[in-house]
Amino acid sequence: MSYRISPAPYIKPPDTVPRMMFLVIGALLPATFAGAYFFGLRALGLVLICVGTAIGTEYLVNRMMKRDQTIADGSAAVTGLLLALCLSPSMPFFAAFLGTVFAIAVGKQLFGGLGYNTFNPALIGRAFLAAAFPVHMTSWVAPFAYRGLAAVTAATPLAAMKFQHELTPYGRLFFGNVSGCIGETSALLIILPALLLAGIGLINWRIPAGYLGTVALLGGVFWLANPAQYPDPLFQLLAGGLMLGACFMATDLVTSPLTPRGMWVFGVGAGVLVIVIRLFSGLPEGVMYSILIMNALVPLINKYTRPRILGQKK
Amino acid sequence: MKTFSQGIHPKYNKKKTANKATRELPPPKKVIIPLHQHTGATCEPLVKVGDAVQEGQKIGDTAKFVSAPVHASISGKVTRIDKLPHPCGTEVLAVVIESQPVNQSTGQPVESGPADRQTGRPADLSPEEIRQVVREAGIVGLGGAAFPTHVKLAPPEGKKIDTVIINGCECEPYITADHRLMLEKTEEVVDGARIIAKAVEADRIVIAIEDNKPDAKERLKSVARKHKENITVVELETKYPQGGEKMLVKAALGREVPSRGLPLDVGVVVSNVGTAVAVIEAVRFGTPLIKRYLTVTGPGIKEPSNVVARIGTTFKEVIDHCGGLTDNAAQVIMGGPMMGVSQVSLEVPVVKATSCVLVLTRREMAEEKTYPCVKCAKCVSHCPMFLVPSRLAAFSDNGKYGEFEEWGGQDCIECGSCAYVCPARIPIVHWVKLAKFKLRQMK
Repeated sequence: MSYRISPAPYIKPPDTVPRMMFLVIGALLPATFAGAYFFGLRALGLVLICVGTAIGTEYLVNRMMKRDQTIADGSAAVTGLLLALCLSPSMPFFAAFLGTVFAIAVGKQLFGGLGYNTFNPALIGRAFLAAAFPVHMTSWVAPFAYRGLAAVTAATPLAAMKFQHELTPYGRLFFGNVSGCIGETSALLIILPALLLAGIGLINWRIPAGYLGTVALLGGVFWLANPAQYPDPLFQLLAGGLMLGACFMATDLVTSPLTPRGMWVFGVGAGVLVIVIRLFSGLPEGVMYSILIMNALVPLINKYTRPRILGQKK
Repeated sequence: MKTFSQGIHPKYNKKKTANKATRELPPPKKVIIPLHQHTGATCEPLVKVGDAVQEGQKIGDTAKFVSAPVHASISGKVTRIDKLPHPCGTEVLAVVIESQPVNQSTGQPVESGPADRQTGRPADLSPEEIRQVVREAGIVGLGGAAFPTHVKLAPPEGKKIDTVIINGCECEPYITADHRLMLEKTEEVVDGARIIAKAVEADRIVIAIEDNKPDAKERLKSVARKHKENITVVELETKYPQGGEKMLVKAALGREVPSRGLPLDVGVVVSNVGTAVAVIEAVRFGTPLIKRYLTVTGPGIKEPSNVVARIGTTFKEVIDHCGGLTDNAAQVIMGGPMMGVSQVSLEVPVVKATSCVLVLTRREMAEEKTYPCVKCAKCVSHCPMFLVPSRLAAFSDNGKYGEFEEWGGQDCIECGSCAYVCPARIPIVHWVKLAKFKLRQMK
């Protein structure tokens, strides 16, 4: 009889990488269905195109590079879904397709595949689309426009604030009845599942805490200094892609820091960048660039925020 | 409740054996006694093939300081001295003894075991005499690391020891041998602790126990009260690796053992409860370490039990005394499921460090498929040493041993908490051990 030989430990909890990926997908479904509810079946169509394209691209790249097939681990589907959720509901299907191919092929596989990419692949796809299709990326539809109930186009709350100084009611921001990207509008349906994921340790609470806390604090400072010019902190938190970014993009495991202190640095840094971009640049929104810039700093952050080893001199 | 930071909460699976009294296995017909059962130098054999030996007779020793002699665990004849499989996965020079029930010259049965020798009242022994007795008895740390106890009891010049911690945590899942020992030999645990404290001239004894063993805690407390020394029983949270020396010193006393240092650097000597019992038995009766408490358990064992087995008994024989293997037994492990060593065959002997023979079936075993590291940082948030295990594994994998050291790889205690929580199933500890091995080779 032969016995199995393997390194210790011999017992493990059931968590595996695929299980984590599918939990993230599950946690994103409420926001996805909210997108379908507010922006119609077209939004759902975009989601399906992005997820399908992501899996297909991953499959083809793996075949071309003669790597083991990885589509079953769920990570490609997560990238496709996240990208779809940060697109305008009126995005042309072919553009969504191209953006997803870029996200997987360049943002992820070119770096070596799952675990090796420096930048959040979904945001790489989105940045590509922002450069390639700037008009489509900034055309918005009003919620329920598909039912013919409202005007077809509408500014996002952040754009309305920045360019017209128009404040959107908090209730609408909280529940998602505003124009914006497919999955970013409902703060409620993003926060609740994210809290569940944080509860089981799948996303680290330090990153969203640092991120949202900094936006609220720094946004609050500007608001106090000049309330006529700058929006209040609650608006900063609820409007735009911040919730989705803080809960599901900045917390991307692969592209965020490993160390507890590093996670704070990462979150705070991204928060500062969001406020700077929102208040002082030509863009109404800065979540995407704030995260991408912090992604680039992760190796450095890890290096300089190593925990103090037990017994090491303080 | 006192505890250390981080660590994990695996399923403990101790219920099957925690309430089962220990039974002593009959002496086997044949024992295999490796000449290396401890940290340090291998012993030289003191016997040759054909020699008759008595139970308790010293059969291997060395002049090296960091080592411990080994003794015959049955009376009989030496039939072989050869390199034989050791449960740590290597081949080690070992003495095989086969029992000879009848004395050939007189035709009389040989006495089973030496008459208990009184070495004098323990209270009269000086620290140096205690160390001598402990060394001659071949006592090593019985918690698993098997560090020679007489070395531990000889703190270097200038290191004042104020506290002896007796480690009764038994934080590895499945194992209950120490738990039973604390219940069944409570007096001996406490008396052994007093001797150890005397040897290192410490005036305080702390017996540390996890809160999943309240019966043992109560019994230890009631025994400790009878003595005039400063003996306290400290209850610690049930958490792995609470019994790791550095975690234990931190949890029980709030002191941090310096990086790459030993508990004696902060005035502490840590000894396992089993070691304490071995010490008192050696001091009282001159009994050498030829038996030990161990748990034979796991879903692959028909009758999980706590047993006392002679050193050198094969795993096969020990398992047979516990009902044998189940049909679906798939992996045999010496030690616990977190730090144990998986075995190729059952023809390996119980050694001084064998706290458990654990047999798992396919069902409890983790699937073997691994994934790339997704940087989830679970290893970082569970490492009780506050290392960054995923980086250490990657440095080892890439041969970057300089960076491995720079990131504190040598501080790793190999507890396996990181590999346990890793969702990518990366054998992190394996990579760490490999890097440490390569670094040793380079030096």
